[in-house]
Amino acid sequence: MTLYLIRRLFQALLVMLAMSLIVFIGVYGIGDPVEILISPDADQAERARAVAALGLDLPLWQQYGVFLVRALQGDLGRSFVYNVPALQLILQRMPATLELAVGATVLAIVVGLPLGLYAGLKPDSIGGRSIMAGSILGFSLPSFWVGLMLIMVFAVQLGWLPSTGRGTTVEILGSRWSFLTRDGLAHMIMPAMNLALFKISLVIRLTRAGVREAMLMDYVKFARAKGLTNSRVIFVHVFKNILIPVVTVTGLEFGSTIAFSVVTESIFAWPGMGKLIIDSINVLDRPVIVAYLMMIVFMFIIINLVVDLTYTILDPRVRLESKAI
Amino acid sequence: MKNMKTAALAAVSVVCMSGVAQAQREAGHMIMAVGAPVTSIDPHYHQLSPNNAVSDAIFDKLVNTDAQARQIPGLAVSWTAVAPTVWEFKLRPNVTFQNGNAFTAEDVVFTIERLPNVPNSPSSYAAYARPILRMEIVDPLTIRFHTREPYPLLPLDMTNVRILDKETSEGASTDDFNSLKVAFGTGPYRPTAYRNGDRIEFARNPTYWGPAPAFDRVTYRMITNDASRLASLLSGDVDSIDQVPTTDVARLRADPRVTLAEIVGLRLVFLGLDQLRTANESSPFITDNDGKPLGRNPLQDVRVRRALSIAIDRKAIVDRIMEGAATPAGQFLPPGTYSHVPDVTAPAYDPDGAKRLLAEAGYPNGFRIQLNGPNDRYINDSRIIQAIGQMWTRIGIRTAVEAQTWATFVGRAGRAEYSAFLIGWGSNPDGSHPLRNIMATVDRERGRGASNRGHYSNPQVDSLLDQALGELDEGKREQIEINAQRIVAQDVGIIPLHIQTNIWATRQGYIHEPRADELTRPQDVRPAPAR
Amino acid sequence: MSAAAEPVTPEPVAPRVETPLRRFISQFMESRIAVGALVVFTIIVLLAVFAPWITPQNPYDLFQLDIMDGRMEPGTVGGAGFTYWLGTDDQGRDMLSGIIYGLRISLIVGAGSAFIAGIIGASLGMLAAYAGGKTDTVIMRLVDLQLSFPTILAALMILAFLGKGISNVVIALVIVEWAYYARTVRGSALVERRREYVEAAQCLALPTWRIIFVHLLPNCLPPLIVIGTIQVARAIALEATLSFLGLGVPITEPSLGLLIANGYEYMLSGKYWISFYPGIALLITIVSINLVGDHLRDVLNPRLQK
Repeated sequence: MTLYLIRRLFQALLVMLAMSLIVFIGVYGIGDPVEILISPDADQAERARAVAALGLDLPLWQQYGVFLVRALQGDLGRSFVYNVPALQLILQRMPATLELAVGATVLAIVVGLPLGLYAGLKPDSIGGRSIMAGSILGFSLPSFWVGLMLIMVFAVQLGWLPSTGRGTTVEILGSRWSFLTRDGLAHMIMPAMNLALFKISLVIRLTRAGVREAMLMDYVKFARAKGLTNSRVIFVHVFKNILIPVVTVTGLEFGSTIAFSVVTESIFAWPGMGKLIIDSINVLDRPVIVAYLMMIVFMFIIINLVVDLTYTILDPRVRLESKAI
Repeated sequence: MKNMKTAALAAVSVVCMSGVAQAQREAGHMIMAVGAPVTSIDPHYHQLSPNNAVSDAIFDKLVNTDAQARQIPGLAVSWTAVAPTVWEFKLRPNVTFQNGNAFTAEDVVFTIERLPNVPNSPSSYAAYARPILRMEIVDPLTIRFHTREPYPLLPLDMTNVRILDKETSEGASTDDFNSLKVAFGTGPYRPTAYRNGDRIEFARNPTYWGPAPAFDRVTYRMITNDASRLASLLSGDVDSIDQVPTTDVARLRADPRVTLAEIVGLRLVFLGLDQLRTANESSPFITDNDGKPLGRNPLQDVRVRRALSIAIDRKAIVDRIMEGAATPAGQFLPPGTYSHVPDVTAPAYDPDGAKRLLAEAGYPNGFRIQLNGPNDRYINDSRIIQAIGQMWTRIGIRTAVEAQTWATFVGRAGRAEYSAFLIGWGSNPDGSHPLRNIMATVDRERGRGASNRGHYSNPQVDSLLDQALGELDEGKREQIEINAQRIVAQDVGIIPLHIQTNIWATRQGYIHEPRADELTRPQDVRPAPAR
Repeated sequence: MSAAAEPVTPEPVAPRVETPLRRFISQFMESRIAVGALVVFTIIVLLAVFAPWITPQNPYDLFQLDIMDGRMEPGTVGGAGFTYWLGTDDQGRDMLSGIIYGLRISLIVGAGSAFIAGIIGASLGMLAAYAGGKTDTVIMRLVDLQLSFPTILAALMILAFLGKGISNVVIALVIVEWAYYARTVRGSALVERRREYVEAAQCLALPTWRIIFVHLLPNCLPPLIVIGTIQVARAIALEATLSFLGLGVPITEPSLGLLIANGYEYMLSGKYWISFYPGIALLITIVSINLVGDHLRDVLNPRLQK
């Protein structure tokens, strides 16, 4: 078990290394950060100074070398734009994104699981069919469009919810959280909903598929034959069967939710990491892009690990060793 | 289905926290939203309009500018060139910084010396310190700048330099400004909180020397998405926004809840043309009608450049694409600005004339060209190049149009990889500014033509520019700059399209004084006078 | 790809009249909704294929557009003499023509990328599950790398390297999406390969490819089809998002997504038709794909077979 964990963490390091290299080459291929950041009326001497100040005058391999040496000392570089250590910048923005992603995931499960269960148990009822039809909306409408619609309806027309931004925050352990205040929660509802739309649909569909399959399984038929109550059959036997795909996908989606919060955060002016990364990409702020992606990869690998471990608990047929080798 | 679900959810939440959304704002608290993020509170870290706007709230300059970008006294009450290479500034008496320290000539010297020494600056203010050889403190309220050569632009340069308090800021880093430890200026508002990428909070500076600030508290939010920013205004969550999308201007004019503030800006949107390739080389994105390289560069022929220019219906672009929020232009500066050329107007639309010129130049059947441009930089940029594509195609120049994000576009434009491209330029109100950066022959050593991406070159323009940059007499200098700009227009060195209109919108009860220089400053918002 | 798997199986010809294909068709025909969706989808595909012959205007030809006809309301007669039934966008592009042409691009982008990514992803996922060991580790770490890379950044980089263009968008989406299939297929294949029928097949010493494709694949199909139909929709929506962020297809050859993204800016100004009608078209397309996909999954699922 320990060996397995160490091995996975070592692989994580390798992936992070690969990621940083790809980003270095990628950003280099897209363009020159100084061209974007410099004042348009700067003359050539000033441009050369800025290039040198940001360390971009070295050949690419040397820039990467410098980055690696510093990274080993725990320094991922300073943002070209904000002149703040990239990691610090990201950690500052992280709570906002985390609470949004958690909110969206909770929404997805709370809304998606019961609806999916219903649609799976009564696939031919009107309710079941409408749920399935409705779930298609969740991933067919582009989220930027839905986001603006939400703002238009609930903030501009009805005036129920605040339009954009993050509400009042409370400081806990040095970071700011908004889910603990009413104002903060009110600000969170629309962006979380916007981010959750796709996931709700996914959870509904996976749950329904899993339920329909499970209902035909021998062990469910057997349990029913044994005379167990319907609710016990559903909640013990069926549920266990559908949880695997739901856990996998929710886990997977949690990582990508964080990565994909880009659009939602832009529309709702939510000061999180997604907004930071899209702004950073627009100005090719390489240290931030690299640090962000390395952190996301790390987080993702941890999530995957947790998902895999959950598998073994939920379904003993899948064993760790098969992947550990 | 989904919407019903959303509605139900929202309804539940509203029951739980009714009244929160429209939380009453205390009197004297104004919230404004801007479209471009501010990257630092340090006024000398990043030469960038959004930063300058915020710095203008906190700090002052020796020379301020009014809404039409004319120079007005700031921390200096007067300035004169007492000798060809000596400028003397008289400083404003009885001014204190927000921490109580008095403002003196020492602070000016300290500030100028700091400009080239801000570490990690991606775009510094060093250029404003470079012409200054040494500074001489005559008395605490009089300072002299000794320059290497006669330098007429020194007062203009000083409109970009925000003055710091020497005592508090000595040795301070950009981090110290961002944490607000040393962010003390002489300006109307004092920052009380800074959360990067999100908001800045300001409080009134009660000791401000100028007109009293209108609000006790100002929240300065960054909402980069145009539609969201406007929605925030319409929902009443913010009181004032900048960069109002042109698509909504018509509707907002009719909306009694909203007031628009508009002014002709200083930003010209124009097309750059490849003049780097000689007449006998092929330009990268120009081919004959069969898609084969031409073997020559038609853009070296002034008749072709003029044809391309008069084939564009600027009025149609302004009316249909910009929805009126621009002025067709034939030069960099708008009328009424120093060194505007009165007799150069926006080229008239003349497609038949354009065809004739093309035939004269030896292209009776036209050629093919690709027009490039950014899609996230200037107002309606990708729409404008499509419209021009239509117009050029009509005179027989089959035009493909490609828009890219600025990050990709600007590097390639800088390496002169395009044949024709749309770009913009925000001028200082002085013809030498665009001339030096865009129209002068590219010269690394002398710092000329750094943004001359089309590589236009005319020695006559260069020598006139040299004369202007050494001429201290304002009248003579203006005439020289006008002459140089007239030549550029005759050469069609670039194809000017229009000058953008800057638009702000406020909620009922507020007014915003629009500025030609595009800066969105807290002090420009005031309560509307009672009717 | 899915329908082919079963009929190809060279089963000994039974004296039954019912072939697997016929059984499949008759089962599919049971659902009227699915059949209706299939009809709608077929019409959409036909519209897209024959676009140049149907539309009054070629919306990709700048010569035929005129900004003086821009932003016209639905039902207006334009300068070229025909009626803009669904209005025009800012360039004077007939929305109806734009939508039909846009369908083309969106279908190519959506279906193309989902199909290619599906093949690549499913093969790798299956391989990972079946081979295990080092192969599994390498593939799954690649999947991690891919899934953690924000789509938009990946697409930005890929498109920056390749330049804009429809095929480049497809490539970018494939690179971004294959990992979803791989992860899902591996998950179910891991469960399946422990089942008795696989062990039995192994005992019979059947070749590996046969076990994977004939026995493992059909059993992994249901989740694959779920993901697949979702991914077609997601690819189309993702392409819209890329367009919204200024990437994606060329502006002069708009997809449905780009039309919506372009009209987005007119949403607050009351010119609803610029993004509303493309949105409806997108919705109908995606709903019909998914209704067909849903039913297909039920029909093909060996475990739901009676």
